[in-house]
Amino acid sequence: MAFQIIEGCVNCFACEPLCPSEAIYLPPGGTGGVKPHFLIDARKCTECDGDHPEPQCASICPIEGIILDALGVPLNPPGSLTGIPPERMGAAMAEIHAR
Amino acid sequence: MVELKVLGQGESGAPGVAGSAGGCASSGCGSRSDSLSHLPEHIRAKVHNHPCYSEEAHHHYARMHVAVAPACNIQCHYCNRKYDCANESRPGVVSELLTPDQAVKKVLAVAANIPQMTVLGIAGPGDPLANPGRTLSTFRALSEQAPDIKLCVSTNGLALPDVVDELCQHNIDHVTITINCVDPDIGAKIYPWIFWKGRRIKGRRGAAILIEQQQKGLSMLTERGILVKVNSVLIPGVNDQHLKEVSRVVKAKGAFLHNVMPLIAEAAHGTFYGVMGQRGPTHDELQALQDACAGDMAMMRHCRQCRADAVGLLGEDRGDEFTMDKIEAMEIDYARAMEERAQVHAAIEANREAARRKSNESVVSLVSLKRPTREPRPVLMAVATAGGGLINQHFGHAREFLIYEATAQDVRFIGHRKVDLYCSGGDTCGDAETALSKTIRSLSGCEAVLCAKIGYEPWGLLEEAGIVPNGEHAMEPIEEAVAAVYREMAEQGALNKPVPAKLRMSA
Repeated sequence: MAFQIIEGCVNCFACEPLCPSEAIYLPPGGTGGVKPHFLIDARKCTECDGDHPEPQCASICPIEGIILDALGVPLNPPGSLTGIPPERMGAAMAEIHAR
Repeated sequence: MVELKVLGQGESGAPGVAGSAGGCASSGCGSRSDSLSHLPEHIRAKVHNHPCYSEEAHHHYARMHVAVAPACNIQCHYCNRKYDCANESRPGVVSELLTPDQAVKKVLAVAANIPQMTVLGIAGPGDPLANPGRTLSTFRALSEQAPDIKLCVSTNGLALPDVVDELCQHNIDHVTITINCVDPDIGAKIYPWIFWKGRRIKGRRGAAILIEQQQKGLSMLTERGILVKVNSVLIPGVNDQHLKEVSRVVKAKGAFLHNVMPLIAEAAHGTFYGVMGQRGPTHDELQALQDACAGDMAMMRHCRQCRADAVGLLGEDRGDEFTMDKIEAMEIDYARAMEERAQVHAAIEANREAARRKSNESVVSLVSLKRPTREPRPVLMAVATAGGGLINQHFGHAREFLIYEATAQDVRFIGHRKVDLYCSGGDTCGDAETALSKTIRSLSGCEAVLCAKIGYEPWGLLEEAGIVPNGEHAMEPIEEAVAAVYREMAEQGALNKPVPAKLRMSA
């Protein structure tokens, strides 16, 4: 039972101090031009069970789709934080890239 | 007798001239260049060399922001937390996140290389007070190592009440709170969520908590004598009419300056407003609202909505010169740098004082002119300046123009127009449009442009657009030159004619 942070994390540090299990960390370095992002130590993560009614990292994270539950489902699905309907975002980005 | 007052009203913070405001108590009144002349002496003394608080000071002094605060505790519809772009110039955008140690190093390096620097601000890229450890440790180190640098912070206000006492301890005497509304129903259209006491709270409920915290924090700061500026983003159709109410409320709680800024919204930024097609205000809408609020409140009109890692004078960004790898290679004598700053600041003050005296002597009488049958109309003029309060920039080098309004009574600064940093879009903005024609379009509504020099091609295109290019006042103080051009227009009878049709159409 653990969450994970995937690529797309912008390293805003918001989640790290909130974690009651100190499971969130920023790995050092980075190779091949890939910038490291925050990760969750699966051995430490409790999904905030017993500490908070809601998982803290997922409650402050500003980026949709980058924190997954144990089943790989995003806790903040597309559109849930920005209020931008995903199809609208897709259309706008497609239009911009076509310019 | 008609008098064209070039100068003579109180300057912000000028020792010895306090109280010389000459009967002009209203903030909306166009004191020569500052809307702060009605403020108490102790406040003017605090802001007289602060480029973000004093319009007059921003011609002379530089500031910098250090990007130490990445986390945020709310989401605003005009912000995209993913953004990280060196070519964008707007709040919330940075190229390089710094640790507090790196930030201190950078501040000391910049202050040694740009001795006009007076101010260090922490403004993001997230909310500085949502990163209290990083923000406060930066302030703590700087108040010890660069005690001559003023420290300021800007915040959305959510965490403000919890840190007011700590801010006081670190000698932070300028705080900016972004307050876009005092009505939760309007807030719900601006803030999709806040993070509060361990939960994400969406919609009206979240906005209500944010508003309550902002107002509480504002009162706590002003009770402790800390200067508070309020920033508001003007969002047409969302809070435009409401901002007059915001201005009244924050003034009543003791804020000393209100900065109404235009919404920046483009689809390419990936913000809610950008993607959903919310438009920003026109120059006219922004100015009308600033004028409407000015009856209640001192208004700031020279804000450049700079990046959270901006460096230099307000109109410029020299961040590229001070990346961490370049700073590591610099050898700096910190004690010597602080002495040099003191000398440079003293020289700037001596120049300002000299300019003030000279202008006080040169109140120009228009009595020799034929009295117009009616009040001559006001005229907008654009000015190219590289700082120092002078017309000292080549037209083609200007990345922004300052806009002044001249009337028979005075010359007042009303804002600036950026020419190449971002494009406001719109139907007339195609890719084929050249940079020059974009520049000229950005000057719509202006009847003259004053610069140090100007090339042949822009000269012709400006004239075609009905804007008179003028290079005759190179190296002269801005307000005096604008007044002189206005006087020439009056003498030529140009002010009795209506605004040229070409300008009206495009304005």
